[in-house]
Amino acid sequence: MKKDIILAGVGGQGILSIAAIIGTAAVSSGIYVKQAEVHGMSQRGGDVQSNLRLSSAPIASDLIPFGKADMIISVEPMESLRYLPYLSPEAWLITNTTPFINIPNYPEVENVMAEVRKVKNHIVLDADQMATEAGSARSANMVILGAASPFLDIAMEVLEKAIRSTFGRKGEEVVNMNLNALRIGRQLADAQMTN
Amino acid sequence: MQKLVLLGDEAIAQAAIDAGISGIYAYPGTPSTEITEYIQHSKEAAAKGIRACWTANEKTAMETALGMSYAGKRTMVCMKHVGLNVAADPFINSAITGANGGLLIVSADDPSMHSSQNEQDSRFYGKFALVPILEPSNQQEAYDMVRYGFDLSEHFRLPVMLRITTRLAHSRSGVETRPQREQNAVSLPTNLRQFVLLPAIARKQYKNLLSQQQALISESESTGFNIFIEGTDKSKGIITTGLAYNYLMENFADRKVPYAIVKIGQYPLPINMIEKLANECDEILVMEEGMPLVEEHLAGLLHRGIKVRGRLDGTLPRDGELNPNIVAVALGFADTRGEEIPAIVASRPPSLCVGCPHTDSYIALNEAMESYSKGRVFADIGCYTLAALPPLQSINSCVDMGASITMAKGAADAGLVPAVAVIGDSTFTHSGMTGLLDAVIHKAPITVLILDNSTTGMTGGQSSEAFGRLKDIVTGLGVEPEHIRILKPLRKNHAENVQAISEELNYDGVSVIIPTRECIQTLNKRLREKFKNKK
Ligand SMILES: Cc1ncc(C[n+]2csc(CCOP(=O)(O)OP(=O)(O)O)c2C)c(N)n1
Ligand code: SF4
Repeated sequence: MKKDIILAGVGGQGILSIAAIIGTAAVSSGIYVKQAEVHGMSQRGGDVQSNLRLSSAPIASDLIPFGKADMIISVEPMESLRYLPYLSPEAWLITNTTPFINIPNYPEVENVMAEVRKVKNHIVLDADQMATEAGSARSANMVILGAASPFLDIAMEVLEKAIRSTFGRKGEEVVNMNLNALRIGRQLADAQMTN
Repeated sequence: MQKLVLLGDEAIAQAAIDAGISGIYAYPGTPSTEITEYIQHSKEAAAKGIRACWTANEKTAMETALGMSYAGKRTMVCMKHVGLNVAADPFINSAITGANGGLLIVSADDPSMHSSQNEQDSRFYGKFALVPILEPSNQQEAYDMVRYGFDLSEHFRLPVMLRITTRLAHSRSGVETRPQREQNAVSLPTNLRQFVLLPAIARKQYKNLLSQQQALISESESTGFNIFIEGTDKSKGIITTGLAYNYLMENFADRKVPYAIVKIGQYPLPINMIEKLANECDEILVMEEGMPLVEEHLAGLLHRGIKVRGRLDGTLPRDGELNPNIVAVALGFADTRGEEIPAIVASRPPSLCVGCPHTDSYIALNEAMESYSKGRVFADIGCYTLAALPPLQSINSCVDMGASITMAKGAADAGLVPAVAVIGDSTFTHSGMTGLLDAVIHKAPITVLILDNSTTGMTGGQSSEAFGRLKDIVTGLGVEPEHIRILKPLRKNHAENVQAISEELNYDGVSVIIPTRECIQTLNKRLREKFKNKK
């Protein structure tokens, strides 16, 4: 098993919790993990990314080589495009459609989505809205994780357990909110793939 | 043995706890900050009574650690690479005094300048000081090298440098820990003049340091952090340092490289291993995460010996961090770069947080400066440096911590009056106070804004030594009380803040304006915690 994942977003959007949950789930399944993250300067509303590598064999590099990523998981549509040079031709791009507009020259959202749709394998979803409708507006990142889950080679139960252990300290309510978000994201991905 | 998933920084911190340190001293700086934070948050470390202190700057951190080493205990100092410039004086001299208790200096380099103003390579400092350097290639090695580094330091009675880079510091993977050991008891150096660097003593100590170099090289040949890996294809031999080894391996799916490799993780360089490589191979390709230190060493000024390739001949880029693709190209493999980034993707530079107090301070400053020609605002390093970019575009310099006040004074001396300095509270206590004293003594016509957000914001909200003391410090340095103005940077106070700044710009002497309002991030964090405790 080998999964090289680029997580993308804007500082403060919670990509590191997605990474932490996948990482915890992988480690509990005896899979090797390397995860490079960005700290410091780029957190102030700038673009952030994390390289998450999972493998059944020991991993050499902390960084994913160009053209070798198996998926891009993005909580922001324009940010998902920033890492296309890393994506392998058969890989998946899973992205939120809600833009995070904090720059004056943000492109037209339709144009961004048109570029996203040029990627052969993609799942697009309005995670912010789905999370809000499900009553957990702050769990959009977990909706995205749910949408990416079919491609992770990690069982849903294991991801759910990782969510429980990650958010356990914050109480049952928070855990359930995040589990719920994970499941609706998963359902949507399953539906888009069968279409 | 326990297996933990840790950041490189966290692995170093846990290793230091397990190795029996008694204190860690540091000034925050990306990518080194998480080392000290890990120990500060560790219950284990608290139970063991380990001192985990932020210091005013890297120099005071280094000297405090040297004092702890003098007293026989193990201690670690952590800083980002440019911090070592600030700590260079005690660092270089600590090689002459030597250590007593184990002394490990962690310097975190930032090739590609992810969040720094240069990409200097700390190994040059280590070589310059003639101390051993350890350079891990992964999180496990980082853990192991800390334990070994303390042993090495106590064996040779020398400070030891651990050099890391951003990718290792901020990347996680599994780490196996080792049994913890006790701290040292207090014990003074056997020679009570060891730390007295009077010339007569220093000369002796320096000769002693030089005489240890051969033994340090032997150590480098035998510890296992430098290894020679045999190869079958003799057309090339490869030397890697630090993370470069991983990028090399990434290019061979079965991890079998046809070329002989010397993997470097410890300095001084293992001469025998390198000599063997040079004898066996037609040329040597040096892959260094950082500046071409090893390459320059091997090539020599006149390139008359063996053919050496690397960053100097263009086989690898001269600047920036390495990655698997750069290494692939250097090996003659195809670049696997995928689709290009679509042209519509706009860059998204970092910006001040919504509601940041600095924004209000700058809007007021911009208005007060409207009546003067542009280019008079010397700033410093911190969140407030982001005001160089649109929309604020308020500042004209950012060089090194503390340089705002001193550069403003220099410019004022040259006739640029008024000249303005903008400096953060933490940067002010780091290196601004001495410069302000210069300005006061010479009655320089400068206006200094100390932006007091009660924290060290840029690096994630560490405590600031200036907290609650700024006015007293400034008064103590001799700024006239009537020219010390405390403002509250809020939109509703805009007019009166502009007025106050304008008045001080007109004063022919040193004025200090202190806009005071807490960083939004630390404020929110504090409120959340308060709320949680109440629930
Ligand atoms: C010598 C040196 N040490 C550390 C750093 C890292 N660093 C950059 S800005 C900063 C903190 C600035 O804090 P403050 O002056 O209070 O400004 P704020 O970010 O809170 O606005 C630090 C620690 C550095 N650039 N140079
Ligand atoms: S972290 Fe604090 S000081 Fe820095 S930009 Fe945000 S609010 Fe301002």
